[in-house]
Parts: sequence; C-alpha cells; structure tokens
Amino acid sequence: MKKTYKIEVDCANCAAKMEEAAKNTEGVKDASVNFMMLKMKVEFEEGADVEATMEKVLVNCKKVESDCQIFYA
Amino acid sequence: MSKKQKKNLLRIIVASVLMVIFHFLLVEQVPRVLRFLLYMIPYLVVGYDILWKAGKGIKNRQPFDESLLMAIATLGAIGVALARSGDYTEAIAVMLFYQVGEWFQSYAVGRSRKNITELMDICPDYANLEGEDGSIEEVDPEEVEIGSVLVVKPGEKIPIDGVVVEGTSTLDTAALTGESVPRTVKVGDEVISGCINQKGLLKIKTSKEFGESTVSKVLELIEEASSRKSKSENFITKFARIYTPIVVYSALALAILYPLGNVLMGKEAQIGEGIYRAMTFLVISCPCALVVSIPLSFFAGIGCASHLGILVKGSNYMETLSEVRTVVFDKTGTLTQGVFEVTALHPDMLDQKELLHFAAHVERYSTHPIGESLKKAFGEEADGCQVEDVEEIAGYGVSAMVNQKKVYVGNAKLMEKIGAKWHDCHLTGTVIHVAVEGEYAGHIVISDRNKKHAGAAISALKQQGITKTVMLTGDVEEVAKQVANDLGIDLCYSDLLPQDKVSKVEELLVAKEGQGQKLAFVGDGINDAPVLSRADVGVAMGAMGSDAAIEAADLVLMDDDPLKLATAIRISKTCLSIVHQNIYFAIGVKVLCLLLGALGFANMWLAVFADVGVMVLAVLNAIRCMFVKEVKVED
Repeated sequence: MKKTYKIEVDCANCAAKMEEAAKNTEGVKDASVNFMMLKMKVEFEEGADVEATMEKVLVNCKKVESDCQIFYA
Repeated sequence: MSKKQKKNLLRIIVASVLMVIFHFLLVEQVPRVLRFLLYMIPYLVVGYDILWKAGKGIKNRQPFDESLLMAIATLGAIGVALARSGDYTEAIAVMLFYQVGEWFQSYAVGRSRKNITELMDICPDYANLEGEDGSIEEVDPEEVEIGSVLVVKPGEKIPIDGVVVEGTSTLDTAALTGESVPRTVKVGDEVISGCINQKGLLKIKTSKEFGESTVSKVLELIEEASSRKSKSENFITKFARIYTPIVVYSALALAILYPLGNVLMGKEAQIGEGIYRAMTFLVISCPCALVVSIPLSFFAGIGCASHLGILVKGSNYMETLSEVRTVVFDKTGTLTQGVFEVTALHPDMLDQKELLHFAAHVERYSTHPIGESLKKAFGEEADGCQVEDVEEIAGYGVSAMVNQKKVYVGNAKLMEKIGAKWHDCHLTGTVIHVAVEGEYAGHIVISDRNKKHAGAAISALKQQGITKTVMLTGDVEEVAKQVANDLGIDLCYSDLLPQDKVSKVEELLVAKEGQGQKLAFVGDGINDAPVLSRADVGVAMGAMGSDAAIEAADLVLMDDDPLKLATAIRISKTCLSIVHQNIYFAIGVKVLCLLLGALGFANMWLAVFADVGVMVLAVLNAIRCMFVKEVKVED
C-alpha cells in the first residue's frame, strides 16, 4: 500500500536525510521525499499498521532533522 | 513570506545592526569580559537555533550535519578571538551569512514552488451540481458521482470530464495544452476538466469521477515527476554523503598537522592558526549549493514544460531527452492528421458522382477509416438505394449488390482477382479501385494530410541537434516516401506491422549502443504502447483523455503539435546545461577555496562567500529553467 503525506522541511539536504530515515523504518518498504512538492510517499509493508508506522517514521525523521514535520493524522 | 521566514529575517537584521554598533562602540579600552558578553548577544540572536540543532545532532548521532559544522566553525572562531585579537565580528558574520543563505534558500525555493504550482494551476476548487429540481449546489468535485449534471458558468473551470448536454461556448484549453486558440464546443461534445469556459453557460453530464478525470491525472503526473530522480540528482546525494566526512576529517587533520609541521620545521607551533584554518575549511565545505540547486533546476524545467502543454514524467526523462539524437516518428496521427479524405476521383466510364456513389454504398456498413471517408465524401447515404450481400474480402476489399449490380471496391489485388482491367494512378495516396459488374469503373484516391507544423517540427528538431529522423508506418511505400520527402525526414520504413515497429526501434537502438546517444519515439499513443516503452524516451501526443498513452509514455505532448517536441528538447537542454554549470561552478569554487583555506590565503569571509554566495548564485541560475521560450514558427 502506498500513501502520500504532506511534510514540512527547510532544506533539500534535510529532505534527503528524511527519505533515508523513513526508508529504514520498520514497516516501510520504500519511501521517497519530494522536496519541491513537500510531499513524502511511503510504501508500507504487507500488513503494517499505517498509523503506528508513520509515528515511527516521524520519530526517526526528527532524529536526523529536528525541524521537520509530517502531517499524517 | 511565511511566519518563520519573517522571524528569521528579523533576527538577521537585529543581529547585523547590533554587530555594526558594537564594532564601533566597543573599542580597545572596553574590558575584555564585557566585550565578550556584549558580542555574544548578536551571536546568539542569529545562531541560537543552529547551536541547538547541532546539540541535537550530536545526541542523535548525526555528526556531519551542517548545523554542527557551523557551530564548530563559529565557536572555534570565537575561541580564536578570545585568545588572540578579541575580534568577534568574524564569528558573528559567518553565522549571519550562513543564516542569510538559509533564509534566501528557503525564500527562493518557496517562491519558485509557488510560481511553478501557479503555472500548473488547473485544479478546480468546486463544482456546481444541478439538483433534479434545478437548484444549484456548490460541492467538492471529489463528491460528484458519474452521470451528474454540472453547471459551468463563464470564467469557471470545468471540474470533471464529461459531455455537454446544454449550451455552446468556447473553451480556453491553454492550461492543459499550451494551445492559445480557444476550442468551440456544443451539445454532444466531450469536454475535459481543467479547461476554462469563456463565454456561454454550459451544462455537463460527467462521464468520470474526479479522481479519474484529466485534471487529476495530469496533476498526479506532475507531482510524481520530481520524485523520479535523475542521474545528476543521485550523483549529488552520493557526493554529499562522502564529501562531508572527507572535509571534516581533512579539517581535523589540518588542525593537528599544521602546528605539528611547524614544530618539526623548528618554528613556533601556531596552534591558533591551525585551528583557524580548519574552521575556514569547515565553513567552505557545506554542499548546500549543489543539494538545493539541482532538484530546483529540474523542478523549474518540468514546471515550465507543463505550462507549455508538455508533461514530463520525471527528472530522469528530462535528462535522457537532452541526450536524444535520433527521433523516430509514427506517421499516421503523429506527423499526419490521421483523417482520411477523398482527394481525387478518376472514373473510367461513369461520372465522378456515380463512382463515389457506388463506392460509398458498398462501404455502407464499414467502420474502417477509409470506408468512413468515402461515406463522408458522398454525404447522401440514405438515398433509398438497395445495398445487399455485403461481403468483406479480408486483405482485398469489399463487395456488395448495389441496385442489383455487383460492385467490388478494393485494392489492385482485388481487381486482379476478379479479372477487371485496372490501371494505376499518377497520384500518391491510398488508391481504391471500383469495378461494376466485372468491368473496371475507375478509382478513388484517398489521402491523409500532413499536420500543419510537421515540416517545421522536423527542421526545428534538426536545429536542436537531432541528427537523425526516422519515420515508421504501416502504410504503403509510395505514400510513406511522399510524406518523408515533404517533411524532410531522413529515413523511412513502410509496410510495417505493429510488431515490426518494435523490432525496427530495437535495431536503431542497437546501432546507437555505446555512443551515449538516446532515441526518442513519438507516437499517437493508441497502438504504440509497446514501442513507446521500448524507446529511451517514449513521447505520446494528442493524448488528452487517453489513459493508455499517459501510462506508457515518458513524455506527453498535450496537443497534437509535433513542434512541441522541439520545445521539450530545448527545455531539457537548457535545464541540463544549467545543472552542469551549477555542478562545475559550485564544486570548482569550493575546491579552490578549500585549497586557499588550507594554505592560509582564505579567511572566513571568503569561506562564507564560497558557501552562501555560491548557493545564492546557483539557486538564481536554477530558476532560469522556468523561463525557456517555446519553439514557434510563423503560420
């Protein structure tokens, strides 16, 4: 399953870091961050809990870029 | 300007004013501690968030974060100032410039994001739903069901694809196609979402859901586009990943080796100078100029293209398109209008009208484009004549009894088969022979017309550096040759079946292999899907409303004009050359400044220029991708 979320991030480099962090989150099969459109596309693994996974994604992203925000609720 | 940008701008102004005041007020006589404390005010005003982020970076084990680099560099400069000159302005200025750069980047990117999305502003905000009692309700387009009737007032956008059920008007399709001539629509015409109704009130019965409508498809495509990364973008990500650690370790090495070397050479160690040089090194190092300007260039290029009615499905295709040297065209519907018309009537024994009369009747039940064109040319199909025993002879033509006479309509092979004495025509085109009661009655020439800009498109492509143009067609050789000659196409292959087109394209691809040159295939997208996906870049044209084409192609020309391909190539070339300029310029300046910094010729001011200045220039350069001009011809 794929979903797209609106995000907030200031710099392109940070967006790249968020992408990496999201990809390495448990339950996420693949992720891509589009800095220009300020969107994050997440492909979830089979049977993953979307809400809980996104919470983890946000925590991981905050680790690499404290200023970022993902609007998933 | 966003709230955050306003706040940061204010911080920058306050800090710079304070710094300048202190620079003149705090002369040598002021006690050192007071000086230090006062100078810390502007430093913290402008840099507190950087220090905070740097601290968090360490906590989260993200050591090579640019905030950390800035924190180390400025704190280092303060340390050096504390120990030596007492001149804190350098540290503040570095932080200040860094913040100016960040602010500018955020502002420029935000602005172009807004501009580019405005260029593509085709999304309707609401739909006027007509109730059964004639009341009109404004609803979200997402909620409209298939078959609902919508009212579109003059000046409004058509929210959902559908069919006109009431009213006539002209539509402005520019937002979707880049075509400036408005389109006239009347009852029964299909209309696509995203067009603006210019004159009359239209009532439209929707034929699709909002999510399936042209506008949603197009928007989805554009949004997806910048997610498909080009080689240049991937290169930058990789580059930044190895580059930052290298610079940090080099800086560390510089700080240690410089005093060590001095000691070994029997000079004074100069630890301060070593640290200072290492700090300068760090300030120069930030790769942000590259990291921000490259995606911005592609984004601006894609935005500019979609404004002109060219959808590019990804930055990677933008890149490939700029390397295209061979363009392969499909003929019918791509270079020609794909509408067959009767262009000549050459009867042998009847009059012209009579010849057409027979031919049209025999084709009465045919849906083939040729049959359609005959019926259209005759125009009086319902004239009471009897048509019976219609028989299709595959590969030959059709026969039927028309008013008790056996009439054969078809190609030369059919005439041979029934033993009619046929003769050829001096005109090129598809020749349809007619025989009545076994006697040759004459022939009708049907041909397709070249598109208005087809010839201009071929020469415009040559100007854009295309070295080879090829045409593939299922049509007969003479017709193909004539079109190729008229348009100035280099190579033409005729009598091809759809699968032959794929193998021809593959042959051409093999011939190109290893030369770094790419091949584009342009088709009308209806039966070209396999070829579109086989070529390096598949271009579908006239694809409005055709989902299959949008799926299979990498590039979609929204109107039927082949000239748009030349524009697309021009945009891609400009875009790529800007990307390369930025890569060479940014890396070049950085390396130069790093060398100067290591050798002690560069101070922090130069370092800040290398960081912020280069970034600002690169971003401004990237924005140029938005303003590529369309390739046009005089009509």
